[in-house]
Amino acid sequence: MIDTDLHPMLPSLEALRPHLEPLWADAIAQRGLEGFESQSYPPNSPRTVAPQFRAAKGGFPALPALQSFLDETGATHGILNCLYGVQLIFNADMNAGFTRGLNDWIRAEWLAHDTRLRASIILPNEPEHAVAEIERLAPDHRFVQALRLVMGNELQHGRRAHWPIYEALIRHDLPLCLHAGSAYRQPVTSLGWPSWVMEDAAASQQGFQSALASLITEGVFVRFPTLRVVFAESGCTWLPAFLWRLTKTWKGVRFEIPWAAEPPTDTARRHIWLTATPFDAPDDAVPAALSQLNMQDRLLHASDWPHANDPTALPRTEKFLRDNAIALYPRLGGTSP
Amino acid sequence: MVAHVVAPAAAIPPGARHITEAAGKRIVVFNLDGEFFALADRCPHQGGPLSGGSVMGAVHSECPGEYAYDRRGEILRCPWHAWEFDIRTGRSVFDPRRVKTRAYEARTACGAELQAETFPVRVEERYVVVEV
Repeated sequence: MIDTDLHPMLPSLEALRPHLEPLWADAIAQRGLEGFESQSYPPNSPRTVAPQFRAAKGGFPALPALQSFLDETGATHGILNCLYGVQLIFNADMNAGFTRGLNDWIRAEWLAHDTRLRASIILPNEPEHAVAEIERLAPDHRFVQALRLVMGNELQHGRRAHWPIYEALIRHDLPLCLHAGSAYRQPVTSLGWPSWVMEDAAASQQGFQSALASLITEGVFVRFPTLRVVFAESGCTWLPAFLWRLTKTWKGVRFEIPWAAEPPTDTARRHIWLTATPFDAPDDAVPAALSQLNMQDRLLHASDWPHANDPTALPRTEKFLRDNAIALYPRLGGTSP
Repeated sequence: MVAHVVAPAAAIPPGARHITEAAGKRIVVFNLDGEFFALADRCPHQGGPLSGGSVMGAVHSECPGEYAYDRRGEILRCPWHAWEFDIRTGRSVFDPRRVKTRAYEARTACGAELQAETFPVRVEERYVVVEV
């Protein structure tokens, strides 16, 4: 079994210091930086760490807790998607510096200690920095994909400014992971800033919808026909209805995007993978939802550890638990150089 | 097939369209640079009157950001949901194999050939004829 969405928790900004370049290590004290915990995952919320995974005194679980979890679930591989909010740093160079530090922390404190672990390269915000980070880390085959937050970036994912990132991913045969969460350059809803955590959480689906529409309409998959995109923690059940709407509209206004020669539904089914936790459906609706989704080859088993989730009634087939991930991630057998 | 005389050819100049009814069917006739084409005046989607649609060229692309635009005036868009149809074939642009409106053969004939019909024709004039 392969667990495609695990979240290593940075205990504090202090823990990052040894992995930062001197300029940024000193910036913590000089600037009085306290941390980059994101509104998307409030530190005390079960959405961030479920009670059963809390360390003593309610702290974040560390590597041994994850190792026990992998032992219990029998996962042969687990993919680390670190969500520490480095994307929140507005200074692009500082964002890149802290992101490099975060990736090195993942490498030194997690990947180095358990051969079951793989990770996403966390991408800096600026395309130029993102490409450089892919080039820096791609030789380490324990990095199996590259991750951006789905929401709140300065530009939509499909815009051409991002294409050098996709080019670099293709060069190294790495999928792109768009994970729930926001860089908060834009409100998380198109109507403006919400007031409450629950609105923020529910808005995620809008973010994935807009990201999907952007990638397809801007022609990313025409220009990069081998690009694979993983929607992580996206929920699944919204997708068929959204694709139906997108495809219906495409029939009338496809002349705007003549490169999109096929229905958006077909493009999505070829290029998009979904981690199946949360699934966003009650148990008795799962069979119907799976049938509508019609993406059984694209669903990836994910525990979303240590976030709190209700168990879903998805059929635990080998395809879902393992084979889909093996087909998606050619590097799963990889080791460090 | 019955030849239905639509109108004098001169009454449908290039770029114009003409609605007619034959065998109980509404048909819209187009003149593309002197060639005539006839389509059922009914969108296969929800029955929208194609004769009320706007026309444009065919826009296609091999690569995002690049636009090829040709065949100006030959693509008809349904006034209801803007689906595009090729006036020459009745086939939709987005799914030409499965989504199409009926195309009828259209031609011109001189009045002398059409003497037998009830339509009042003049021997020396040319007429648009649709096979229905």
